[in-house]
Amino acid sequence: MELRGEGSGGVGRAGKARRGRSREAGGQAARALLGIEREGRARARRRRLTASPQIESSAMNKRKLKESSGTDGECISQVQKMLRERLCHHRAMGKLFGIDQQYKHLLELLKQTTVCGESNSALIIGPRGSGKTALLNRVLKDLREMKQVKENLLEVHLNGLLQTNDKVALKEITRQLHLENVVGDKVFGSFAENLAFLLEALRKGNRTSSCPVLFVLDEFDLFVHHKNQTLLYNLFDISQSAQTPVTVIGLTCRQDILELLEKRVKSRFSHRRIYLMNSFAFKQYIRIFKEQLSLPAEFPDKAFAQKWNSNIQLLTEDKTVQDILQNLFHYSKDLRSLNFLLMLAVSNVTVRHPLITASDLQEASKQYRMDSKANIVHGLSVLEICLIIAMKHLNDVYEGEPFNFQMVYNEFQKFIQRKAHCMYNFEKPVVMKAFEHLLQLELVKPIERPSVRSQREYLLMELLLDNNQIMDALQAYPNCPTDVKQWAASSLSWL
Amino acid sequence: MQKKKKRKGVGEDEACVTVSPSASVGDGRKPARRSAQTALAISKNCSFMCFCFSSGIMDTRQQSKIIYSWYGKPTNSDRKLRTLQYKGILIKSERSRKERCIQLGDFVLVEGENADQPFVAQLLDLYEDGAEQKHAVVQWFSHISEIPKNKQKLLKRRISSQEVFFDKVSGYDTDIAVETIIDSVLVIPLRLKDELPTRLKKEKIFCVKQSWDGKCFKALSPHTFSKLNEANRKEDGIPNSFNSFVPSDIISSAKKETKKAGLSATKTKNVEMEIESKHSASKSSLSKKRHSLRVANGIKNPTARKKLELNSPTRSPKSKLLEQEDIWALLDDDCDSQLLKPTAIKRKVKFTEVLSSPPKITCANDKLKSVFGTAEDQEVLSGTLRLSPYRKLEDSNEKVKSLNMEVDAIVLTGHKELGSQSPAVTPRSRRTCTQETSTRIAEQISLLNMLESKEEEDFLSSSDGSYSSSSEEEDSDVSCTPEKKTKPSRMFSTPKSSRKPSVHTPAKTPKKTPLPGTPRTPRNATPEIPRRSHAAQKPTSVLEEARLRLHVSAVPESLPCREEEFQDIYNFVESKLIDGTGGCMYISGVPGTGKTATVHEVIRCLQRATEDDDLPSFQFIEINGMKLTDPHQAYVQILELLTGQKVTATHAAVLLANLFCTPGPKRKTTVLVVDELDLLWTRKQNVMYNLFDWPTQKHSKLIILAIANTMDLPERIMMNRVSSRLGLTRMSFQPYTYKQLQQIISSRLNSVKAFEEDAIQLVSRKVAALSGDARRCLDICRRAAEICEFSSQKSADEIVRMTHITQAIDEMFSSPYIQAIRNASLHEQIFFKAILAEFRRVGVEEATVQQVYRQHIALCRMEGMQSPTVSDILAICARLGACRLLLLESSSKYLHMRVRLNISQDDVMYALKDD
Repeated sequence: MELRGEGSGGVGRAGKARRGRSREAGGQAARALLGIEREGRARARRRRLTASPQIESSAMNKRKLKESSGTDGECISQVQKMLRERLCHHRAMGKLFGIDQQYKHLLELLKQTTVCGESNSALIIGPRGSGKTALLNRVLKDLREMKQVKENLLEVHLNGLLQTNDKVALKEITRQLHLENVVGDKVFGSFAENLAFLLEALRKGNRTSSCPVLFVLDEFDLFVHHKNQTLLYNLFDISQSAQTPVTVIGLTCRQDILELLEKRVKSRFSHRRIYLMNSFAFKQYIRIFKEQLSLPAEFPDKAFAQKWNSNIQLLTEDKTVQDILQNLFHYSKDLRSLNFLLMLAVSNVTVRHPLITASDLQEASKQYRMDSKANIVHGLSVLEICLIIAMKHLNDVYEGEPFNFQMVYNEFQKFIQRKAHCMYNFEKPVVMKAFEHLLQLELVKPIERPSVRSQREYLLMELLLDNNQIMDALQAYPNCPTDVKQWAASSLSWL
Repeated sequence: MQKKKKRKGVGEDEACVTVSPSASVGDGRKPARRSAQTALAISKNCSFMCFCFSSGIMDTRQQSKIIYSWYGKPTNSDRKLRTLQYKGILIKSERSRKERCIQLGDFVLVEGENADQPFVAQLLDLYEDGAEQKHAVVQWFSHISEIPKNKQKLLKRRISSQEVFFDKVSGYDTDIAVETIIDSVLVIPLRLKDELPTRLKKEKIFCVKQSWDGKCFKALSPHTFSKLNEANRKEDGIPNSFNSFVPSDIISSAKKETKKAGLSATKTKNVEMEIESKHSASKSSLSKKRHSLRVANGIKNPTARKKLELNSPTRSPKSKLLEQEDIWALLDDDCDSQLLKPTAIKRKVKFTEVLSSPPKITCANDKLKSVFGTAEDQEVLSGTLRLSPYRKLEDSNEKVKSLNMEVDAIVLTGHKELGSQSPAVTPRSRRTCTQETSTRIAEQISLLNMLESKEEEDFLSSSDGSYSSSSEEEDSDVSCTPEKKTKPSRMFSTPKSSRKPSVHTPAKTPKKTPLPGTPRTPRNATPEIPRRSHAAQKPTSVLEEARLRLHVSAVPESLPCREEEFQDIYNFVESKLIDGTGGCMYISGVPGTGKTATVHEVIRCLQRATEDDDLPSFQFIEINGMKLTDPHQAYVQILELLTGQKVTATHAAVLLANLFCTPGPKRKTTVLVVDELDLLWTRKQNVMYNLFDWPTQKHSKLIILAIANTMDLPERIMMNRVSSRLGLTRMSFQPYTYKQLQQIISSRLNSVKAFEEDAIQLVSRKVAALSGDARRCLDICRRAAEICEFSSQKSADEIVRMTHITQAIDEMFSSPYIQAIRNASLHEQIFFKAILAEFRRVGVEEATVQQVYRQHIALCRMEGMQSPTVSDILAICARLGACRLLLLESSSKYLHMRVRLNISQDDVMYALKDD
């Protein structure tokens, strides 16, 4: 389950913007424990390196505490387990919030297919993290519980990120339909044969006698880019003709998906669209927050559950908590970001600190919404900071025109000459080294590819930081020389 | 007299001499005359064959011709028709200098449309017409694979690949060009219960147990059986009681040599077959060879056409019913002067032989042909025919002869009349004519059957001597003694042992696998989706019923609103079918206007018509550009649908070109529907070119219905040479008007009362205004029915009203953008505002994130909100970009990434203002 979640969601959806932020947050031991794999593998590796001592210590803590208060420790670990599962595996078994209409529609649609053998096609469209997969999984789960449906439905799950062309997709379909068993291991001939084979298989069926097939196309928009949209055409064509009953469900976040379909593919698509819009108000948001954190009635330790739940109730009424949530709500309405925040908070719960507090949430929110680039600036040396300030002045003077190392060095020299008493005059190669470090941190970026002929000093660069970010970072920078601060505030301060 | 006889003897002696060397060498040379492709296959296999091939390859070019010449002098000639009849034909391959003699009554293989499957036939007559074209009249035998699949079930027994059926199907042309004859074979008649003797199992022999008349299988009538047996006896070499003047040793040596030659040829074929293809029957390789040969040489031989040609004014006359001429008599006297019988007897012999041998159909056809212009003629004919059964007991030669003469006369007069009449015949009347003729054919066949069987019996009993003499005269060369037969068979097996490395099917079996596809491929296995475990639920309510009926996949009884188009396409295909010619039609129209449905409907109607025998039967195949992975796969699919072969695209193209460019007997017209034509476009356009070129070939009998979306496709994407071949037969399907859509819905709903009239009209008008796509219309209705069902679960009998329709339409056509922006989070909305502000400031509809970020912060300050960090902004940006509300550059540029709106500014403004 975990793996699947990562395959479709983790890589594609975590979004590049979030990458930087998680870099800092990554330091948290608890997060490594919780297996937040969705944050890209490279970072996870780095995190594990830094986090390993802390894991040990927290584990040790737990062990120590277990001896003292065995029942409480058990409760905590159960709470952790339950809530983590709820927050991480939301797409697999999470509750659905505010999409009853869509749920009913989809359930009805799939019922028609399985019970009456009617072919259908539909698209589920909604922004990332709006619960498309969760909705579908929930509907499928409920369907499978119906006796009439259980043995009557073949499912084929495809993902645009995995099945990158029709050939691969066809093989996967054949495999998932277990058609290759019929013909031994030689079924995977050429692409053309495969297609003919599959179409033949599907053509043979009819509405009343064949087992309906459900095709789920995750990341539907990626299938659109396959050559000629052959797969989509054929699937939709089958769904519009008297062959084996099929239902094609596409999941996508692109609102312009219909414009991407070719006209004959579009004509064959039934134009059934199910929109998930995160269309809930803040009140509902708070309720979701409460439900996500509350322990269920069947929790073994009733007393603890009651205590926990009343604490959660208190939290929802807390002003700071409401502010935190309001901020998050204003920033993003999708439930995935809420789950993420709660996960950070829940991971702080230990035996010594058995209940979530408002400050936990505040801390989590801080971590969650940290500016990644500005954070890197905190770790720079004074020389590097100086270079960044020099670049900022250059940007101000030349209105964002690109600069090169020599210009930055000159600017820096001017500053040094003025304030020679408090700054050590670094030699040019040392400054160059610092500059290259900034390059590696991607705070500066060359605007053209470095070629053999051009000298490094004269390579044109641009700064990837905004003035605001620099000033904010300087505020938080520990032990910053006042001269540097002054220089940063005004380029004319050296006069 | 004596002199002449001697001369003949010498002639035969010479034949022996010329044949003998080729018998030993011929097996090696034969494969040389094959296309390069098969050569490749050879070289893979055994060194022995490689050698043969290389030795033969040098003289392939010059000597690949096969010469057909008559055996002996004309036996009979018709002055009026200027035809000369012969009793045998020599097939001489120039390269191998080998001759084979095939005589009347022999069984032959005739080149078919498919190189793998030559036809089996019995030679009934040989003649040369005025234009010096060599013709042969044959009785066809059908292989099991030529019988429609659904009829095969009637047999209720396993058919060995060696079995053929005595063909009584009336639609086939029995007059073929001699050049299409490939080789002689043996066909043994068997009783239904009998098995083919095991010793013959491996020989290249066919057996016949039943006859096939296009409708059902019947056991062979005793008459046919004995007739076939008799023809066979001659071939089989069972010693006949004949005495001839020709020294027996010469004859027997000649026989031996020919036999040997024939068998060695078989052997070669077997070798080839083994190497070349695992699935082709032994007889196929020869014909294949000839196919490829023909292609290589670019020779267009006048090939046999098995199809009945109803209206050809220059029809070659049938000569079997003609009177004998003096020359023939003289010749006869020459050959066996011992039998100095009155010519009358001779004539009689000839007559019965011809008449009683299978081609009743030909006779009937012939007569009919002549008859169908003039009514009186027909009367006369039927009168005569009716007369004969009563009289036949007397068995008087004169009477038979007179009948013969009469029929002949009719043939001639009819023929003349026909020539003058036929050009004026219109397609419609032709159809009625066909009908008439087919019924007449049937009744006359039955009459003739009776007549013949009686006469046959009489003859066998009464005139034994004359019979044996005639048989001797006809088949002296072919007869062969049993011990001579064993020898070649030994020779035959020896090379086989040297061919150890090959692992394919034994060469000797002339077995034809029912599926010509390579047996190793599991792809031939037919895949199937498992059946459902619970039965599908029947619709319970009116609305459910309506929903099922409105599903696009539901096939309506008729297609309303496309009557004109239907009629046009129908007429086009029908006329081409009747003419037996080819042609193209281009059909265009936007999606969902019923193009494919109409074409399918036409085909269904035509198939129904052929079942009723109103039309000549045809083969229907369909390809879809979208269902092909590559335009060139079209060839593969067409070939597979036509013949069941699975080959590569390039090879398929060659085979198809052969198939359509060379005339073949017995071939039905092919109707090919090419859907989504535009996807067959390639840079060189050779797929399209070929597709449209084939119908223009004389013998292709290919009708193409090409379907695509755009009306100007031929002008837009096709080269001139392609669009010119496509021709100007075009048809465009207009989008449905609202009235038509209304009618479609009502006709689908039929009597189910589930929709309000106004509701239907609303849908129709809405869709007609948008696209005129019937699919859309039906989908909306279906969705509306669902909504209705959903909303009214308590009150059972609700019908779909306007509100439901509006709701469905809104659901399907509303733009999602506005809704998406309205449901976005606050900062996302502010970001949109910032973008708008920045656009307004710069005056360009593009900005970097940095610029927008500054605007965003300014806006936040104004609203008194906490301003987001750059990371937040970039996350927002990415989210909106994923939904394609914004268009973004690659995110590696970070702050310098440029942003554009994917919707108009007005829409954004409208969406934001309502808050």
